[in-house]
Amino acid sequence: MNQNNRVAYKRFFIVFTFLFMINMMGASGVGAFSDQVIQKGATGDDVVELQARMQYNGYYDGTIDGVFGWQTYWSVREFQENFGLEVDGLVGQSMKQMLEKATEYDKEFVHRMLREGRQFTHYGGVDKQLQKGSKGSKGSKQQPSEGKQQRTPSPEKEGRDESRGEKRPVEQEEVQPAPQQEPGEVPPDPVQQPQVNDETPSPEEEQPVPQDDEVNIEKAINVPEGYSDNDIRIMAQAVYGEARGEPYVGQVAVAAVILNRIQSPTFPNTPSGVIFEPRAFTAVADGQIWMDPDETARKAVLDAINGQDPSGYALYYFNPQTATSGWIWTRPQIKQIGKHIFCK
Amino acid sequence: MVRNVVIGLLAVFLVGTGLWGYREHQEKNAILIQSENSYQRAFHDLSYQVDLLHDEIGSTLAMNSKERLSPSLAEVWKITSEAQNDLGQLPLVLMPFSKTEEFLYKVGDFSYRHAIRDLDQDPLSEEDYENLKTLYSQSEEIQKDLRQVQSLVLNDHLRWMDVELALASEDEPLDNAIVNGFNIIDEKVGGFAEVDFGAESSGLSTNDEEIEKNLTGNQINEKEALKIAKKFLDLDSVEGAQISESGDGLAYEAYTLTVPDKKHDTVTTMDITKKGGHPVWMLNERDVQKESLSLNEASENAKDFLENNDFSNMQLVESKQYDNIGVFQFAALENDVRIYSDGIVLEVALDEGDVIGYEGFSHLATQKNDRDLDVTLSKEEAENELNPNLDVKEHHVAVIENQLEEEVLCHEFYGTIGNDTYRIFINAENGREEKVEKLSNPEPVYQ
Repeated sequence: MNQNNRVAYKRFFIVFTFLFMINMMGASGVGAFSDQVIQKGATGDDVVELQARMQYNGYYDGTIDGVFGWQTYWSVREFQENFGLEVDGLVGQSMKQMLEKATEYDKEFVHRMLREGRQFTHYGGVDKQLQKGSKGSKGSKQQPSEGKQQRTPSPEKEGRDESRGEKRPVEQEEVQPAPQQEPGEVPPDPVQQPQVNDETPSPEEEQPVPQDDEVNIEKAINVPEGYSDNDIRIMAQAVYGEARGEPYVGQVAVAAVILNRIQSPTFPNTPSGVIFEPRAFTAVADGQIWMDPDETARKAVLDAINGQDPSGYALYYFNPQTATSGWIWTRPQIKQIGKHIFCK
Repeated sequence: MVRNVVIGLLAVFLVGTGLWGYREHQEKNAILIQSENSYQRAFHDLSYQVDLLHDEIGSTLAMNSKERLSPSLAEVWKITSEAQNDLGQLPLVLMPFSKTEEFLYKVGDFSYRHAIRDLDQDPLSEEDYENLKTLYSQSEEIQKDLRQVQSLVLNDHLRWMDVELALASEDEPLDNAIVNGFNIIDEKVGGFAEVDFGAESSGLSTNDEEIEKNLTGNQINEKEALKIAKKFLDLDSVEGAQISESGDGLAYEAYTLTVPDKKHDTVTTMDITKKGGHPVWMLNERDVQKESLSLNEASENAKDFLENNDFSNMQLVESKQYDNIGVFQFAALENDVRIYSDGIVLEVALDEGDVIGYEGFSHLATQKNDRDLDVTLSKEEAENELNPNLDVKEHHVAVIENQLEEEVLCHEFYGTIGNDTYRIFINAENGREEKVEKLSNPEPVYQ
């Protein structure tokens, strides 16, 4: 029985892996990019591919993080300029085709590195084993020096300019071998090597992939100017503690009150200063602020930071049912949203 | 026998409870003392800073050399910010102590303005000296009163925790020595004659007053408001919409509309001004679960939305994707000049591509006429003013609000130093660097 089971499992996995591989080839084979025009500010798989391909041919030397930020934007513009495309920073069909022709993109490798939180690069013609850092190395600042040294030097790029019509300029680079592999950098799992070179991995070691392949590349995220993700998190906690169960607009309004206070001369000037001001928020006083906020609270904070203010520049709000301070009733009121009355 | 055992057990239990209660009590006291100490620290620190403030303004007054004046004013600025920080740590939020905070802000603002200005070319005027003198005497009053409260606290062992309690149980009129002391100070500060601080202290005037000033058009009624909402939200009917009016707290009068979104089973909320019927903001509560549109397609939708609603000449200046929502910032474009102070933000859902958020506060708050959009400095001349390390990538002409909240015409340069991107505004008249911003990079996810 046991034996049978195992065989069945194995068979299942092989079939599964096959299906998966076919899937992968379909996705990464011909036109891996989706049809969208990629624009600055975008996130997602297409951006990962764009960054990886741009890194492959040496235009982009930032981290592959899946967010079309400024560095990616300038790389795209440089590429467009060098290849006589319209310099608008938008990655359209023609640019994508050029990239697909001239570069290789190992989707599986890149996404696995992202998933495992490795620091890695994707320069063309360099052994990928050398390009990846240890697991979880993404957080540490220092880039692996091998990656840096072997970075396609810029003259190489100039050479590419002439040969732009050429189908496989990669060959030039494959001549240049990956030098000295340092013994200290022995990769944790050498089986991966063959699969990197040809795109058909052996079934066994592919097994874990299908299970956690909910490709969700959010290794970096967009943040609004002036606030870090942690600031947003603290504010989301305050909003959640103060106004969960309120309509969404009411939550945005509470977030807006926090921001209005930061702006106001009579209140502290930082998110935490405002939130933790004694007696300012009941959720802080009774500890409800330490609950985990939900997505809605976070979205409300983002909306408020992006300028939304349903409260109408309110600095205070109170729940008329539970308000203890008589003074708060003397403030000029603006409006009521849900249970809260907002006032100046 | 059984009785004795029971009694014994009960006795043990009683002693145990007593011990436990005593320990709890001790712990509670320790925590109380700790928070009391942090209040005390903030309070005594505050009076120390106000002492310093008074002295420093005094020495500024006595100073003759310009080289020393700027650092001294900067010192005043620093002290006010420390004092504000201390105030922020005291449980005074629900107390009318805002006049004093405002006073500190004004002193800080005044000293900052004069500290950064070039006193060699533009020395302090007679009027500025008068202002400083007034501030000096006012800070003296505050200092005196604060010392009074401080000595009371020290001599009578007053506790800030009692203030907290008094504030929390506000049934009867407050009678607490500290609270009274602070009330007296605040009343006094409120009574200070408004010092003319030269330029308008704009930090204190809020945006809604600006909107009030600049609204155009005729008064509308509820029916018209609904009609505007219907067109703005591109709906067939606004049946079931609720409408309410804003209160006195808002400088401009507005209707708040809650319009049901039947298709998604949620509501859209928006404000429309009574005067002229301009939408101020709009938010759809809908949760956006998936992404089927690209940011680029969404930006086209946003542009169409603006066109359909007669916002002419807006240019997309910034786009960002947050999960499944695209956020687009537009700025007004006048003769190819970006007017950053006149902006609109739109949110587009990336599943169906509809606009789910609109925000036009600054669009309504800025005057739209008589801007002088002729640059004195050419782009090349302005470029000479830039840091030579900056690799310039993009250039525009733009109007921004500078630190004094005045509109200035600038050359806007995007450039990079190393891996970071900067946006630098050079005044198009005198070549001054008005604003230098380091633009944020995507933030890695820390886990």
